[in-house]
Amino acid sequence: MVLKKRDVAIVGIGSTSFGEHWETGLKELVAEAGFAAADDAGIRGKDIELVVVGNMSGGRFVGQEHVAALMADHLGLNPTPAVRVEAACASGGVALREGYMAVASGFYDLVAVGGVEKMTDIYGSGATSALAGAMDFEWEAYFGTTFAGIYALIAQRYMHEYGLTREQLAKVAVKNHYHASFNPLAHFQNRIKVEDVLTSRLVADPLRLLDCSPISDGAACVLLAPAEDARKYTDTPIIIEATKQASGTLSLFMRKNICTIEATTEAANQAFKDAGMSRKDIDVIEVHDCFTISEILSLEDLGFCEKGKGGKLYDDGQTYSDGDLPVNTDGGLKASGHPVGATGVKQIVELVKQLRGEAEKGRQVKGAEIGLAHNLGGSGATVVVTILRRGD
Amino acid sequence: MSRVGIVSYGAYIPRWRLKIEEIARVWNVNAEDYKRGLMLEEKSVPSPDEDTATISVEAARNALKRAEGIKPQEIGALYVGSESHPYAVKPTAAIVAEAIGATPSLTAVDMEFACKAATAGIQACMGMVKAGYIKYGMSIGADTAQSAPGDDLEFTASAGGAAYIIGANDLVAEIEDTYSFTQDVPDFWRREGSKYPKHGGRFTGEPGYFEHVVKCAKGLMSKMGTSPKDYDYAVFHEPNGKFPLRAAKILGFSEDKVKPSMMVCKIGNTYSGSSLLGLAAVLDIAKPGERIMVTSYGSGAGSDSFSIKATEGIEKKRTLAPSVEYYVNQKEYIDYATYSRFKGQLGAE
Amino acid sequence: MSFLGVPSHWRRYKERYRLMGSRCLNCGNVFFPPTKVCPNCRREGRLEDLEFSGKGKVHSFTIIRFAPEGFTEYAPYAIGLIKLDEGPSAISQIVDCGFEDIHIDMPVEACFRKLMAQGKDGIICYGFKFRPANDSWKKP
Repeated sequence: MVLKKRDVAIVGIGSTSFGEHWETGLKELVAEAGFAAADDAGIRGKDIELVVVGNMSGGRFVGQEHVAALMADHLGLNPTPAVRVEAACASGGVALREGYMAVASGFYDLVAVGGVEKMTDIYGSGATSALAGAMDFEWEAYFGTTFAGIYALIAQRYMHEYGLTREQLAKVAVKNHYHASFNPLAHFQNRIKVEDVLTSRLVADPLRLLDCSPISDGAACVLLAPAEDARKYTDTPIIIEATKQASGTLSLFMRKNICTIEATTEAANQAFKDAGMSRKDIDVIEVHDCFTISEILSLEDLGFCEKGKGGKLYDDGQTYSDGDLPVNTDGGLKASGHPVGATGVKQIVELVKQLRGEAEKGRQVKGAEIGLAHNLGGSGATVVVTILRRGD
Repeated sequence: MSRVGIVSYGAYIPRWRLKIEEIARVWNVNAEDYKRGLMLEEKSVPSPDEDTATISVEAARNALKRAEGIKPQEIGALYVGSESHPYAVKPTAAIVAEAIGATPSLTAVDMEFACKAATAGIQACMGMVKAGYIKYGMSIGADTAQSAPGDDLEFTASAGGAAYIIGANDLVAEIEDTYSFTQDVPDFWRREGSKYPKHGGRFTGEPGYFEHVVKCAKGLMSKMGTSPKDYDYAVFHEPNGKFPLRAAKILGFSEDKVKPSMMVCKIGNTYSGSSLLGLAAVLDIAKPGERIMVTSYGSGAGSDSFSIKATEGIEKKRTLAPSVEYYVNQKEYIDYATYSRFKGQLGAE
Repeated sequence: MSFLGVPSHWRRYKERYRLMGSRCLNCGNVFFPPTKVCPNCRREGRLEDLEFSGKGKVHSFTIIRFAPEGFTEYAPYAIGLIKLDEGPSAISQIVDCGFEDIHIDMPVEACFRKLMAQGKDGIICYGFKFRPANDSWKKP
C-alpha cells in the first residue's frame, strides 16, 4: 500500500545511563532522558505536540499504570497528549514507529518518543514473574517456564540442529562487553572472556548468567520532526528510511520452527523494500540480544547471513565495530543493559550517534551512513525493524 | 440375587524409595532392629509435585485402561478414601472426577476412616450398583502418609494408591459378600490443625489391629459359612510385615496364602492404599475361580472384609494396564536429606 | 506469576487436567490449546473436543534454575517443548527422570501432577506434566 507521507527525521536524542539506579524512580528517569533530548534539539517542552512512551510493566514493577500521562505531567508538558505503547521488549520500537507515523502522516510536527523501565525495586522470583508476562501466560508461564527458559529451549534446539557451540554463543557476550567498555552509559563496562561466560551460573540450561541481558533501570528519548524542518533543530538530521512492524505467535510451541523468528524476516523484508536498500548497504546494526542466542538467530532472520551460519561470524570476529558487520556497538542488551521499554528507543539513540560520528573511540564505526535497528518482543511475537540514514 | 463385583482395578506407586538403613542412619538407631521388627526394607516417597489427588488420578486412569471400553461418563459414583486429602475442605473426589472426564453426572464424596476409607467406598459402590442406581462406581484408596521426623511411623509411612471400578457385568472378580466390624478405639489419631498423627504404641496391636481384623474376617466367614481352607489368598491391611502374618496365623490362613499380597516389605505402608494394593497384587496373578479374602483396617477403629472370587474375565483384562509388581520395581533411591526436602520439612519458602 | 483469581484457573481445567484440544471436523486438523475458530476453515470450521493421548517426543528442553513465584520450592526442574504424537506441541515440565537422561526425541507420556499452590491458603493448581514413556509393563 502506498501512503502519501513525508520523510521523518530524528532531530534530538537523550538517554540515561542504564543500571541499578536505587535513588531514581520512574519519573526521574524519563525526565533525565527527555530533557537531554530537548537540549540536544534546542527545543522547549511546549514545542512538543505528542508524547509516545514505550513501557512494558510499570504496574508490575512499581505499581504505576497510566505511565504516559505520568510522563507528560511530570515533564511539565500538560495539556500535550501522551500515549503508552506496550509490546513487551519491543515497546520502544513500537513507540518509535507510532511516533514516526504521527509525523509522517502530517498529524504532528514535533513528537517525543520515549522508552522507560524501572525494574530493580523488586527482585528474584518477583522480577522473573513480571517478565514472564512477555510469554504466553496460560500455556507457558503457568507450567513454570521463565523467559530465560523459553530462549533456552530455542538455544537447545538450535545447537542440536546447526551444531552451534557453547563457545560461539559465549563470543556474542564477549563482543558486547568489549563494545560496552567504551560506552559510559552502559550497565556493564567490564570486559569478559569466553571462559567467564562458560563458568558463570546456569540460569536455564544451556544459558548461563553471562548469556542473559541484565535487569536494568533506564530511559531513552528521541525527537521526531518532518525531514524538511530538521535543520531548524540540528546540523545532523538522521532520516528514518523505513520502520516496519510484524507479528508472530505469542507462544513458542505454536511456532512451526522454533529456530526462526518469522516476524523478524517479515519486518526486515518490508523495511528493505520500503527503503529501496539491500543488506549490503547497512553499516551498523543494533540487534535484540536479550540472550546471546537471540543475537545469532536474529542476524540470520534479518537476512545478514544464512540460517545456521550465524555462529561462524563470531569465530571470525566480524561483528566488532571494526569488522565487516558491526553489531551492537554500544554493548547491546547484554552489556549496555535492558530496561525493557527503553531498549527499542536506546537502539535508535545509538544508531544516531554512530551515523553522526559521535560515538566514543573504540566503538565508532568509521564512515557509518546507514544503520538498522531490530527490536523484538517476547519470544518473537512483535518485531520492529527500522532503517536510518544520515541526512544530507 | 444379582451379581456385583470388580470390573477393573488400577494401581500407582511413586518412584522414589527411602531405605530403612538410611532412616536409621540419620536417627542413629540400629537398622537391623527395624528391618527385623517391621519386616520391611524400604518405603515409597512421593515427588514434591505428587499428592493424594495426583496418585488417585494415576490409579484411576490405570483402572479405566484395564476396563476395556468403559467410558468415564458411565461412572456414576466416585469415592476417594484417604487420610491425606490435599484440602481440609474441597473434595479430592471432584478433582479426580474432573481429571478422568467422569463429570458432571455422578455422585462424588471424600471418605475418611484412617486406612479403611476406600474399602468403605467399595461397599458404597456395591450398594449403588446392586440397587440399580448406577452402572459403575469407582472407589480409590490413596495416601501420602505423614509421620513426625524421628517417630517410629517414619520407617513405614509411605505413598501409593489403588482404584477399583465396581459394577454388575464384565467382572474380573465377583464380590460374593461383605462384612464390617466397627468400634470406638483411640489407637491412632490426628487432631485438626496438628501436622502429624499420634498413636498409642503397643495399644495399636491387640485392641486395635488384631481385634478388628480377626473379628471381621471371622464375622464374614461365619456369615458365609466359609473357612480359611475355602480361600486361595488372604489379603490384610499391611502396616508392617509382621501384623498380616500374625493375623493370618490367628485365623488359620497359611503363610503362602498371604505372602503374594504383601507389598509392605518393598513399599511401606500406603495407608488407604494398603489393603487395596495388596488385593491388586493378587488380582494380577489369581486364576479364574480362585477365592480371595480381603480385610482392611482403619484406626479409630474398624475393618471391612470381602469375599472375592476371580472370574474367567480376569486373565485378559489384567494385561491391559501396569501391574503392582511393575510399580514396585520402578524405583530410584533417595537419601534422607532429599526425602526431607521433598516433604517440605526443611521449611524452604 | 502473581496469584490469580480462582475463575481463571477453573476456566482451563479441561485443557490442563486432560490435555484437551480441538479437532476440526471440516479439515481434520487438530489444535492445542483448543480453539473456538479453526484457523484454516474459519466460518466453515466445525470444532469438537479432542483429548490427546499424552504421548509425544521431546522437541527441546531446558532446566529452570531460577524459578518464578510459586515454583521456587521445586527448582531446579526440567521444562520440555513436547511435540505430541497427534501433531501440535505443548510446553510443560519433564519429571520422573534425571536431568542428564533428557534428550531431544525422547519419547514421553503425560501424567497428572501438582503445578503449584496459590500460597499456603490458596487453591492448588494441577495440570499435565510429562514423564519418560515406559511401555515395559506390557507383557510380550
